Amino acid sequence: MQEILQYLFSGLTNGAIYAVIAVGFSMLYSSTDLINFAHGEFVMLGALGMVSLTAGFGLPLIPAFFLTVAGVAAAGMLFERLAIRPVRHPEPIVLIIITVGASIFLRGAGMLIWGKNSYSMPPFSDHPPIDFAGARLLAQSIWILVIVTVVTAALHLFYRRTLTGKAMTACAVSKKAAWIVGIPTKWMVLLAFGLSTGMGAVAGAIISPITMPSYDMGTMLGLKGFCAAMFGGLGSLWGAILGGFLLGILEALGVGFVSSGLKDAAAFILLLLVLYVRPQGILGSADVKRF
Amino acid sequence: MTNNTNLLEIRNIDKSFGGVQALSDIDFFLEQGSITGLIGPNGAGKTTLFNLITGLFPADKGEIRFGGRPINNFRVNELVRLGIARTFQNVELFESMTVLENILVGLHTRTRCGIIESIFRFPYIRREEQQARERAIELLEFVGLQDYADRTSTDLPFGWQRLLELARAMASKPRLLLLDEPAAGLNMSETGRLEELIRKVRDQGVTILLVEHDMNLTMSISEKIVVLDQGRKIAEGPPREVQTDEAVMAAYLGKAKS
Amino acid sequence: MYGRAQKIIYAVFVIAVIILGWSLDNEYYLQLLIFIGLNTLLALSLNMLMGYAGQISLGHAAFYGIGAYVTAILTTTYNVEPILALPAAVGAAMIVAWIVGIPTLRLSGYYLGMGTLGFGMIIHILFREWSSVTGGASGFVGIPPLEIGPLIFDSRRSYFFLVWGVVLLSIIMCRRIIDSRVGRALRSIHDGEKAAAAIGVDTKKLKVQVFVLSAAMAAMAGFLYAHLIYFISPGTFNFVASIRIVTMVVIGGMASIWGALFGASLLTLLPEWLHAFSEFEMVVYGLILMSVMIFLPRGLTRGVIDIYYRYRKSHDK
Repeated sequence: MQEILQYLFSGLTNGAIYAVIAVGFSMLYSSTDLINFAHGEFVMLGALGMVSLTAGFGLPLIPAFFLTVAGVAAAGMLFERLAIRPVRHPEPIVLIIITVGASIFLRGAGMLIWGKNSYSMPPFSDHPPIDFAGARLLAQSIWILVIVTVVTAALHLFYRRTLTGKAMTACAVSKKAAWIVGIPTKWMVLLAFGLSTGMGAVAGAIISPITMPSYDMGTMLGLKGFCAAMFGGLGSLWGAILGGFLLGILEALGVGFVSSGLKDAAAFILLLLVLYVRPQGILGSADVKRF
Repeated sequence: MTNNTNLLEIRNIDKSFGGVQALSDIDFFLEQGSITGLIGPNGAGKTTLFNLITGLFPADKGEIRFGGRPINNFRVNELVRLGIARTFQNVELFESMTVLENILVGLHTRTRCGIIESIFRFPYIRREEQQARERAIELLEFVGLQDYADRTSTDLPFGWQRLLELARAMASKPRLLLLDEPAAGLNMSETGRLEELIRKVRDQGVTILLVEHDMNLTMSISEKIVVLDQGRKIAEGPPREVQTDEAVMAAYLGKAKS
Repeated sequence: MYGRAQKIIYAVFVIAVIILGWSLDNEYYLQLLIFIGLNTLLALSLNMLMGYAGQISLGHAAFYGIGAYVTAILTTTYNVEPILALPAAVGAAMIVAWIVGIPTLRLSGYYLGMGTLGFGMIIHILFREWSSVTGGASGFVGIPPLEIGPLIFDSRRSYFFLVWGVVLLSIIMCRRIIDSRVGRALRSIHDGEKAAAAIGVDTKKLKVQVFVLSAAMAAMAGFLYAHLIYFISPGTFNFVASIRIVTMVVIGGMASIWGALFGASLLTLLPEWLHAFSEFEMVVYGLILMSVMIFLPRGLTRGVIDIYYRYRKSHDK
């Protein structure tokens, strides 16, 4: 019992991270029909940016956090402007290679800036772990869960309550129709990139105290976040959240009861099962590209 | 009414998508070697019926028989092998291929070379390829496109693309040919040529079912007209009778008002 | 058709290979050319699937790896003769491709990309984690050189001829398939799957067949790789490797056999040139990849031709 609880805690923590990364993927996919293979690299930028601003420049946590997220979002928008918008025939295969190219570029840039070392970062607060029926919950885990909840709620309100959010939803449904009614679709795509990569940075920043960030941490996180987005249903906000937590928990239980070596495989085995059985995901709509 | 002269029998077909009843209780048959026109206002269910006959999706209820044999559960490509060919409303040519290659793909079911045979290029494979090319040229001559064999198919003017698609469908040696709005986008003289070709196809013994909005063409070419409205068959008979049918007039005029 | 032109090209190709093979004495250059050959095999194999049949695979390195690991395990752990391990290596990849292909190839677009990506990751993790059999993350050592009867391929020069012989045979094989009824059917799937089925092509079956063929060619490359280096490790067959194969095909130009050769050459040589940039290597590589796709999305070969035509047009006016 105590063991299961312990795995559950670690699953929830990882799940929250996957959820935020998945939201970034999903959001971008729904408004641009693009899967950003460089997304994981923006997570890395978020984590290492956080390390540099706090440890390197000595900024306090809160400004460092917002500065990191804003900086990475700006980098994401720059990426859209320079590498995505100029593409004349945005076919999936071309976009896949461009974003993969970007991911190699960003990883290379990360290596130039931060070197090949792993960094360590103190937790956001130095509360002792909390005891729950013998299982320990780290203070940072609570930070993570709280921040993820706040970010998700904010995003939900943004999409439902603000005009810009609604305009983005309209773009997701039909770019052409949105353009006809006067929504500046180009600006919306740019914004989607900023929001999506910003979410990536949030994920990176909040896990930096528990992962020993390094320049090559992004790829696996990105792919797993992507798997999570697929479980929940690509293009659905709540689907991405649900998929993230589900993946985190299943993975943790898998580590506990099967084998830690195959932990990484779990995400991909689940991905295949979802694709074969229910490609629209758990909460996704039915518009699946399946012949 | 089952007898050998009916090539296709559609019996009590129902089909719905989600909650929308696209076809209900459709029942008619096509006589061997006949030309039948399928008409009706937009959304009447004509294309759905086409897709059912060609095996794109199964019917919810009822039976489709082809040459006396139930074909409900056949897949699209198996039906082509049995002898059902179709053209598309929006002309679906293979854009990266030449005119000749499009026809050669059309001959797919009438040739048999597989991956292994193609690697070793056995003599009978060479012979088959040679014969296929000859047959393809004949088909191009049939629609008058033999001089454009090596052009990229989508470089042809639209009207010719329709003719090419017709020739490609004929390549599979169909017994039943379904034409989905073959005259859409054609001018008067092209439509005239098409009409002539459709008759020639029929004279080769092919049964034809066509969906067409050009009433002049449909009425002059068809021996029988089936009228659908909102998923139901509202009339069936020779063109002259159908034209004066009250239900048909109501369906079309009613539609025109809205 | 193009019978004569084709024969001339093949002849030029053979002569070039022979001249290079005899005249080059530099082990490094020979090694580089061998790698270009292996990458050409990989690019050709993916090109059949992606360029011609239009089915993307982001996990193709898995088959490359299966070919390498199966022969490594058989020849080293079980002392099987390499030449007998070859059918096993290729056959294993084909069986895996068949089993995975049936459900996966029902997907299309991004979903197909993801399915193949997931498959590739699973196989990669298997190589890494099943250490009792595969040697785990540190790799598999001690693979014997390739012997075929009295011939031992343990020098760079002999291996060069072997690899390029296989490349030539593969090019001829692909060319023949493409110019046949099957090849046209594959291209018809690429252009329009619905129309292809409506014309009588058994699209499901054909897609699986070409996937299996493609896997076999990639496994062949893996087999040759293992007996070239005598050492394999999971990192060679990861996601990045799969993407590199995709990039070779796209940069060379999809649906082009000589494009595959070109793309493979470029992507093999590029990292060598980029060594000069030392730590800037990744940055420059990423930039090149992005720029080519932004400005010449149809690949370098076609891209240059397109630019030439645009230039001609503007001058004719």
